[in-house]
Amino acid sequence: MSAHLKVIDELIADFQALSINDRLMLLLEFSENLPALPARYAEHPDLFERVEECQSPIFLFVEVDSLGAAHLFFTAPAEAPTTRGFASILHEALDGVAATDLLDVDDDFPSRLGLSEAVSPLRMNGMRAMLRRIKRQVREKLATT
Amino acid sequence: MPVASDDTSAKFAEYAHPEVLVSTDWLAANLHTPGLVIVESDEDVLLYETGHIPNAVKIDWHTDLNDAVTRDYVDGEGFAALLSSKGINRDDTVVIYGDKSNWWAAYALWVFKLFGHEDVRLLDGGRDLWVAEGRELTKDKKAVTASNYPVVERDDSAIRAFRDDVLAHFGNPLIDVRSAEEYSGERTHMPAYPDEGALRGGHIPSAKSVPWAKAAAADQTFKTRSELESVYLAGGAGLKAGDDVIAYCRIGERSSHTWFVLNYLIGLPGVRNYDGSWTEWGSLVRVPITKGEEPGVAPNPIR
Repeated sequence: MSAHLKVIDELIADFQALSINDRLMLLLEFSENLPALPARYAEHPDLFERVEECQSPIFLFVEVDSLGAAHLFFTAPAEAPTTRGFASILHEALDGVAATDLLDVDDDFPSRLGLSEAVSPLRMNGMRAMLRRIKRQVREKLATT
Repeated sequence: MPVASDDTSAKFAEYAHPEVLVSTDWLAANLHTPGLVIVESDEDVLLYETGHIPNAVKIDWHTDLNDAVTRDYVDGEGFAALLSSKGINRDDTVVIYGDKSNWWAAYALWVFKLFGHEDVRLLDGGRDLWVAEGRELTKDKKAVTASNYPVVERDDSAIRAFRDDVLAHFGNPLIDVRSAEEYSGERTHMPAYPDEGALRGGHIPSAKSVPWAKAAAADQTFKTRSELESVYLAGGAGLKAGDDVIAYCRIGERSSHTWFVLNYLIGLPGVRNYDGSWTEWGSLVRVPITKGEEPGVAPNPIR
């Protein structure tokens, strides 16, 4: 099993070990720890893609570096902590992994975090949509390099 | 014991039911008034945890007010259990506020009214105005003493519409409160971009487009009565006293906002909220749909 899948399994285990309410609190912690945009991207809203499936505005951008590793950048307002939390989990799970490995990640792993009961299945759609868009951007980047 | 209403606002006094709104000033002065319970109800399920109005409890639309299995609201026993867990008594005054211009707060208020809770009010301007004014927020959870809220049967007959009610309603006014793109059905979805909503685009035939935001001022407070009347009555959507009206949006949250405006601020009592809304109608087999910017002709009602 490759390393990044281990991270995802650990994330799932962390969430699953908690009560429903504590899963919500862990999501809040993730939202508070979403990395800020580096200066080189903060001035470039044109690079970012809006995730329409999320009710709150969130924008994401994927970069594949010369070694083939994917880097994820997100921006979402403080008033959207759930969406920021989803982005932060994806960042923790996927940032820095090889782009080709990222494409192998299970599309449905957000469903296995056990968050549906805490935030509702409908809200989880937003996180799965982010993952799909990340993968699509990775595919596009790989196709042009 | 109901708490005295906010009679400090000349704007509120113009409304048909001024007692259903409180100002941020009033709430700040009543944070600890006995018999008053403050409820935050947001689109974002974590926003309350990032900081809320002191003494407020949280009620979430998805996880608290919806039935976990059926697409419906909780029943009388579920509502009693929820409100008891929040320490709310049947005769308490409840003030609800939330994010997104009070959409979800209005939605929660509407559900409270399905159970006939007498005194429920909205904070004019909602969470955004409270924050913009730099008022106190806290992460401290209120120490709640559970109450014994009675089991009250939900009454869907007066203010809630189902799809068969809409089919029987043709010839009477319908208000579509979604965005212009959703109304016309022109909103497109790029390849590989899933649409969470409906299988068809457009609107219910004869429905007039009045996006919910036409009722809100820039600071998220409700517009004045005369401004609202020019949007919804003669010269606007053409509603008039005695009309039976059905309002809808995507799942019923934005149309709760419009229902609140029509019912309490303008004073049209015959308004129902169709909570199935476009996520139901746009996927129903063989119901009529109109595309484009014009309302279209009402089909014959099916009763």
